[in-house]
Amino acid sequence: MKRYIICLLYVEMLGHDASLYIHAVKMAHDDSLSLKRTGLINEETIPAVLPEVVELLGHAKEAIRKNAVMALHQFYERSPSSDSHLVSNFRKRLCDNDPGVMGATLCPLSDLITIDAKSYKDLVISFVSILKQVAERRLPKSYDYHQMPAPFIQIKLLKILALLGGGDKQASEQMYTVVGDIMRKCDSTSNIGNAVLYECISCVSSILPNPKLLEAATDAISKFLKSDSHNLKYMGIDALGRLIKMSPEIAEQHQLAVIDCLEDPDDTLKRKTFELLYKMTKSSNVEVIVDRMIDYMVNINDNHYKTEIASRCVELAEQFAPSNQWFIQTMNKVFEHAGDLVNIKVAHNLMRLIAEGFGEDDENADSQLRSSAVESYLRIIGEPKLPSAFLQVICWVLGEYGTADGKYSASYITGKLCDVAESHSSDDTVKAYAVAALMKIYAFEIAAGRKLDMLPEVENLRISKVISLLQCQSLIEELSASHSTDLQQRAYELQAVISLDAHAIGSVMPLDASCEDIEIDKSLSFLNSFVQQSFEKGAQPYIPENDRSGVLDVSSLKSQDHHEVSAHSLRFEAYELPKPVVPSRAPPVSLSPSTELVPVPEPSYPKEVRQTASVSSFSEAGPSELKLRLDGVQKKWGKPTYSSPAPSTSSSSSQKTVNGVTQSDSMGNPNSKTRNTSYDSRRSQVEISPEKQKLAASLFGGALKPEKRPSSTGHKVSKTSINSGAKAHMEKGVISASEISTEKTTPLQPPPDLLDLGEPSVTNMAPFVDPFKQLEGLLDPSQDASALDYGASKSPDFMSLYADMPTSGQTSTVANPLSNNLESFGSANGESTVVYPTQTNKGPNLRDALEKDALVRQMGVTPSTQNPNLFRDLLG
Amino acid sequence: MIRGVIVMNDQGKPRLVKFYDYQTVEKQQELIRRIYGVLCNRAENVSNFIQADSICGPDTQLVYKTYATLYFVFIFDSSENELAMLDLMQVFVETLDKCFSNQLIWQVYTILDEIILGGQVLETSSAEVVKAVEEISKLEKASNTTMLVPKSISGWQSW
Repeated sequence: MKRYIICLLYVEMLGHDASLYIHAVKMAHDDSLSLKRTGLINEETIPAVLPEVVELLGHAKEAIRKNAVMALHQFYERSPSSDSHLVSNFRKRLCDNDPGVMGATLCPLSDLITIDAKSYKDLVISFVSILKQVAERRLPKSYDYHQMPAPFIQIKLLKILALLGGGDKQASEQMYTVVGDIMRKCDSTSNIGNAVLYECISCVSSILPNPKLLEAATDAISKFLKSDSHNLKYMGIDALGRLIKMSPEIAEQHQLAVIDCLEDPDDTLKRKTFELLYKMTKSSNVEVIVDRMIDYMVNINDNHYKTEIASRCVELAEQFAPSNQWFIQTMNKVFEHAGDLVNIKVAHNLMRLIAEGFGEDDENADSQLRSSAVESYLRIIGEPKLPSAFLQVICWVLGEYGTADGKYSASYITGKLCDVAESHSSDDTVKAYAVAALMKIYAFEIAAGRKLDMLPEVENLRISKVISLLQCQSLIEELSASHSTDLQQRAYELQAVISLDAHAIGSVMPLDASCEDIEIDKSLSFLNSFVQQSFEKGAQPYIPENDRSGVLDVSSLKSQDHHEVSAHSLRFEAYELPKPVVPSRAPPVSLSPSTELVPVPEPSYPKEVRQTASVSSFSEAGPSELKLRLDGVQKKWGKPTYSSPAPSTSSSSSQKTVNGVTQSDSMGNPNSKTRNTSYDSRRSQVEISPEKQKLAASLFGGALKPEKRPSSTGHKVSKTSINSGAKAHMEKGVISASEISTEKTTPLQPPPDLLDLGEPSVTNMAPFVDPFKQLEGLLDPSQDASALDYGASKSPDFMSLYADMPTSGQTSTVANPLSNNLESFGSANGESTVVYPTQTNKGPNLRDALEKDALVRQMGVTPSTQNPNLFRDLLG
Repeated sequence: MIRGVIVMNDQGKPRLVKFYDYQTVEKQQELIRRIYGVLCNRAENVSNFIQADSICGPDTQLVYKTYATLYFVFIFDSSENELAMLDLMQVFVETLDKCFSNQLIWQVYTILDEIILGGQVLETSSAEVVKAVEEISKLEKASNTTMLVPKSISGWQSW
């Protein structure tokens, strides 16, 4: 018979008729033992059996009722939604005469209450009275176990009460008496007695506190802790961890016991103790606790737990660190031993923490923190097998602050950085960080007016310097040929940046500016005067693309294309090859007559094309390009309605005066860039905030963490996080690479007559050094090019364009594109896009901008999102 | 609830495996291997509890005890009490002891089924369990002895 049913079950599982279950259940009527098997029936059959089983809840035999309850529990677990009516059945069975059935009902009810305690508050009275009856031995003797009345039922009930009493005064008060009684009666010599006792403690610690019960719980805990049994010690430590939330002073009574447990060879006990310590950490004991944790962490192999304890160390260190030195050392140890296990965010947090300091407005303390970080990193950097995340932190910090306090020479730091890059040749991320750091160091050096020891023409160097220089140079050369485009770009960017003059570099890479805020003038107001000027000269106002009418078909075709693209976010097809001459030229002509004079080489030209273009005639390259360029940008981020009348008009007018090429492109360009930037920065700000909050929470929090934070870090809120910066630069890298390479090739082009390129020097980037120098006064450092700008990659012509600028006389306009480009070099510096943009868009006038910036810095304020108006006023 | 019960010898060979939530055979073997790896590194005279969240997922613990050359392991979550589990294991072992004089090995599962059902504790009196197991075997003999039906899912797998 049984076999028959089982065979049928298999048949059923294969997808045949369900009717057999009725037979199965019929059998269950006869033989209660078989009923249990219903619990094993698979999900789809539940509906078929359910009514029968529910019926069985009223069966005369308690064993059947009990099993029915258990079966229903299983059903409910499998599909809670469809069997929600079972809940009322469970409630009814709670009042069953038979304790076994009642006990079985506790299982599903406790599951339900775990999910939603509120709906079952009415049952508190029932649970309490049941518990009371059990504790008073009203149950038959057969339920006793080791002289304890129905301990499993008591445990279940206590767990349920703990859930129901949490934060509920009324419910808690109903429980006090019975819990107190049980604690008094518990037989603490047997295992099961202690189990019940432990449940009482955890119940006491979750319901609203009652002094008497707390006292009883404390006594029980000390009994546990004093016991010889490891199991009881374990329970004691666990209970202590629960109770400590309510009365933190309890732990102090048991200090010695806790320390004993910590030193116990039993791993389980040790971990439990660490958990307790974690809960009771304060600024007064953080050093001891974290040191202990790290010691333990070093010696275990279990990666899961290692990760957990490492992140706890970090968390505690961030929360309670008594001194900068200690904090840095602690982080060093954590990274050294578990660097590959901890979340990379921890590394980013560390960088940000070093950059921002601990949130107090104490610049001194911050720079001390940085100095001690630099010092310890220099000590540690030579060690083999440092985890990648740690090396990234080291490189970043050395780059940013390595030379800040003047203790170490640039050549020393760069030497170390080169060592890192060379000894971790397989780790591109580390190499990228190292190159970015190198660039920063060099940039700071140049900006500070010291001689750049990487350029070959600098002689009379000391031997060590020469070595570090050669090492660095060979590294950069190697990386310029790297397979990783990111590294390649960084290498080229480095070369490009160091060939700038001190002033430009100071603007591009301001010292210690990783926390500075980027402000973007989205309205391009700094161009207003220029626009005005152009109007006066007879320029036409810019008409937004949408408003243009009577445009040639060619352009409408194009613009259609653009619209289509702008509807989607990114455009993935390659940009169409520029049609150097006729067809593309038509539309702009009609758009604004003056553009005729304003031929602009299409920025997206591949090199060869551009070369021919520049050779043959700039003026022929096509005014359309100007438009194309703008459009290209719009495709990226475009609100099609975007209009900035300034650029196009002004450019056209200015072009009359000068070699138009430069002008028009330059105008279109800053425009587009600025827009992209603003988009970008906005986005990154959004990204930051949650993380920021988290850091905030872990830093100042102490017990009352999260709320406090934001206010204290208030002045820093606007700082962009290193984290996002680091992320961003990765993306950016690829893009601006092409720009850089363009620059490099620029000198190869036959320079237009107007170009005043300096004498070509030994290095290949030399040719365009001079134009920059000439422009030095014109530079507007404010342009920010946190260039997530694919458009930028279309701009191979920049350099040749800039080259023309000096002659143009329209200096203020020229400045923008140039600085744009500079900044995109800057963006290579890996840390945060945020750096340059500090001075963003303060106006077309460089001196003004610089002065204002200086003023701001003097005042010790950074533009922040919190008072944007103030800064707008301040900065014009 | 109780997630699983494992009995294995000191070489890590499983003697009884029962999971109360579904685990693939591969997963079961993996769990057993990792649990054994932890158990055999435990010193003597330490606690019987192990935090198992790195092995069996979050919020799991296991209680183990060695009897002669056998490890008895209960895996469970926070809805159970560790000490109580230890006692339950004792019940199981006592019952096995009482039954083993003349029982077949598959009845180990029957005994376990009488103590734990679907991950919930069913019975804690080993005398009751012995009685139930005897009744079951009587019933089986009475119905038909030609085909012994294993008493649980785990039994079916081997069947």
